[in-house]
Amino acid sequence: MTALLEVAEVFKLFPAGGGASPWMRLRRRLAGGPENVPKVHAVDDVSFTIEKGETVGLVGESGCGKSTLVRALTRLIDVSDGSIKLGVRELALKPSRVFARDRDRARIQMVFQDAGESVNPRFTAFTAIADPLRRLRKLRGAALQERVETVAGQCGLPLQLLSRFPHQLSGGQRARVGIARAIAVEPDLLVLDEPTAALDVSIQVVILQLLQRLKQETGMSYLFVSHDLSVVRLLCDRVLVMYLGKIVESGPAREVFEHPLHPYTQALVAAVPRLHADGSNRLRLTGEPRSPIDPDPHVCRFYGRCPRGTEACQMTMPALRYFGNRQVACHFAEEALLRRHTAP
Amino acid sequence: MTADPALSVEDLSVQFRTRSGVVHALDNVSFSLAKGETLALVGESGSGKSVTAYAVMGILDSAGRVTGGRAMLGDLDLLSATPKQLADVRGRKIAMIFQNPRTALNPIRTVGRQIADMLIRHGGVSRRAAPAHAVEMLRAVGITDPARRAKAYPFEMSGGMCQRVMIAIALAAKPSLLIADEPTTGLDVTTQAVIMDLIGDLASDLGMATIFITHDLALAGQRSSRIVVMHAGHVVENAQTKDLFANPRHPYTAELIAATPDSAQNLDALSAIPGSLPDLRRADLPPCRYSERCPRKVAACAQPLPQAAPGASHIVACWNALPDRAQAAYPPAVSAA
Repeated sequence: MTALLEVAEVFKLFPAGGGASPWMRLRRRLAGGPENVPKVHAVDDVSFTIEKGETVGLVGESGCGKSTLVRALTRLIDVSDGSIKLGVRELALKPSRVFARDRDRARIQMVFQDAGESVNPRFTAFTAIADPLRRLRKLRGAALQERVETVAGQCGLPLQLLSRFPHQLSGGQRARVGIARAIAVEPDLLVLDEPTAALDVSIQVVILQLLQRLKQETGMSYLFVSHDLSVVRLLCDRVLVMYLGKIVESGPAREVFEHPLHPYTQALVAAVPRLHADGSNRLRLTGEPRSPIDPDPHVCRFYGRCPRGTEACQMTMPALRYFGNRQVACHFAEEALLRRHTAP
Repeated sequence: MTADPALSVEDLSVQFRTRSGVVHALDNVSFSLAKGETLALVGESGSGKSVTAYAVMGILDSAGRVTGGRAMLGDLDLLSATPKQLADVRGRKIAMIFQNPRTALNPIRTVGRQIADMLIRHGGVSRRAAPAHAVEMLRAVGITDPARRAKAYPFEMSGGMCQRVMIAIALAAKPSLLIADEPTTGLDVTTQAVIMDLIGDLASDLGMATIFITHDLALAGQRSSRIVVMHAGHVVENAQTKDLFANPRHPYTAELIAATPDSAQNLDALSAIPGSLPDLRRADLPPCRYSERCPRKVAACAQPLPQAAPGASHIVACWNALPDRAQAAYPPAVSAA
C-alpha cells in the first residue's frame, strides 16, 4: 500500500505582533533585521501519512493548529517549510493561488463545518454542487446536470431540493449539500472539518453513516478533524492528537482511546462525557496552554499543564517516538506503556 | 419533588406570533427541582429548552407570550410578577449563564467592571469595595492573576476564561437558583470538563439549585441528578438520571440514547431517529407531538396525553410507554441494552 498523502516536517509560522506600532517595528528592524519579528508557531514540524482508503482523525483543542494544518494540506494557504506529497507529486512548493487552477486541485477536497455558512447564500443547492464541476471538470449542459443529480442521489439529497437556497434547507440537508459538492469531482482525499458539529445527535448519526457508506463506495481517504472524540472513535482507523502545533500522539483510534499514553491524550479522553460513567475519571488539566509565540524549543509544549511535569520536561522537548504502531512524544511513554501491559 | 422546591414550573405554555402563524413553542411544561438539586433539560434544537429558561427568567422575545401556567420561586409566581419584582429577583435569587460567553458579555467594559456592576446592583456591596470584591470573585472561579485579568476586556480572553467570568457574574450575588443554558457549547472537551466541575463545586458550596440546559445527553447524565427530556415543546420524560438511562420509558428517550455516539461500539450500531420535529405552527398538532415519528404509535395516541400521578418520581408522557423494567417481576427475556 503506498501512501496517498505524505506530509513531512511541515511548518507554518505567522508573524505575530501585527499590533506593534511603526516605531516598535522600526526599532526591531534596526536591532536585527525582519527575522526578529515574533512568530506564532501554528504548525511546528508535523509529519504523517494517509494511506489510500484510510480514515485518519485529527483531534486537539481549539487553537492547537488543526485548522491551519488542514488549510495547508488542502493548499488553501502556503506552508513556511516542509513537504506535502500527493502520491509522487510535491505540492508544497506550488503557491496556493497557482494550485487553485492545478489539475490536482480536484484530488483534495474539503467539507466545511457548517454548510449554512460555507455555501454561497445566493447559490441554489444545484449551483453549489455544480460550481466545482464547472471549474475543475469543465462540465456543461446535460453532462453537468446528470453528474449533479448522480452525486445528489449518492448523498441522499432529494432532487426536488436542488433548486432551493441554503436557508431553505434543514441542517442535515445542508450538510448533504456540503458533502455532495466536495465529492462531485471525485477526490482521492476528502478533508472534513467538524462536519457534524452543528447538527443534533439524531442527524449526526445519519451523516456519519452516509460518510461511511460513501467511503466504501468510492474508496476515498478521509482526514476527519473533530474535537468530539466519541465520533472520531467510531469513524476513524487511525488518530493524530495535536497540541500547540505538534503531534503528541498517534496510533489506531481504538487503542489510543482505550489506552492513551500521552498525558494530554489521557486528559482529553477523561474529559469526554460518557453515558455510563463510573465517575472515577477526574483527570483535569489546569491552567492555560503555553504561548504559541516563539515557544522555547527545549521545553515540552505541554509543560505547565501536565500533571507530571518534571525537570527533564523543562530541559528537552520530547521527540515523537515509535512504539510499535503508535507514536508518542513524551519522556514517560515507556512507563505509560508498561502500566498498560500490567493493567488488567 | 420535595414539599418546598427551589423552583416549580407548572403547565407552562408559550406561543410566538410570527408572520407565518402562531408557533406553539411550549405546551404544558411542568417540572420542579429541590433546593440544591441539579436538573438537566435535554432535547434537540427546537425542543423548547431555552424558551423554557427564558420564560422563567422573564426575558422572552417580544413576539413570545406566556399563555398559561405558573413558575413558582418560593411564593412568587415569576410569570405574573411585575417588572420591578422580576428585576429584584434576577441576579439575587435566579441567575443565568448564557450559551456564548463572548457575545453575552459587554464588549466595551472590562470584566472586573462587569462583575462590580452586578455586586453593586444586587450584592449589596458598596461602590468603593466592589472592584476588590470583583477580583476575589475572579479568583474564586479559578482565574490566575485575577488583579490583572480584572482589567481585561472580553475579547482579550479565551472562551473558557470568558465563561468563568460569566459564572463569576452569575454567582456574584449568591443566587439560590442558577440556569445554565448550554454553558459549554463551543468549548473544548477539556475546558468543558473544568467549567462543569467549577459550576458543580460552586453550586454545592452555595447550596444552589441548578437547571442545566444541554443537547448532550451524555454530559447531562454525568452532571445532573434528574433529567427532563423535551421534544417539540413537551416534556416527554422526567426521571432520576440513573433511572432514565437504566430504564428509559418514552420511545423518544430510548431513541435519543441509541443515537448518542458514546453508546455504540461501531457506527452501524448507532441508530438514527426517523422523521423530524413537527411544524409547531400547525393548528392540527396531535396531542402527542412525537406520535408522527413514533415506532410505538397506537390508537390511544390520539387522546390527550396521560396526566402524571402526583408525586411520581418517574414521569412519562406516553400511552404506550416501554415496559418499566424496574417494576417487572421477572427480568425481560430480551435485554434492550
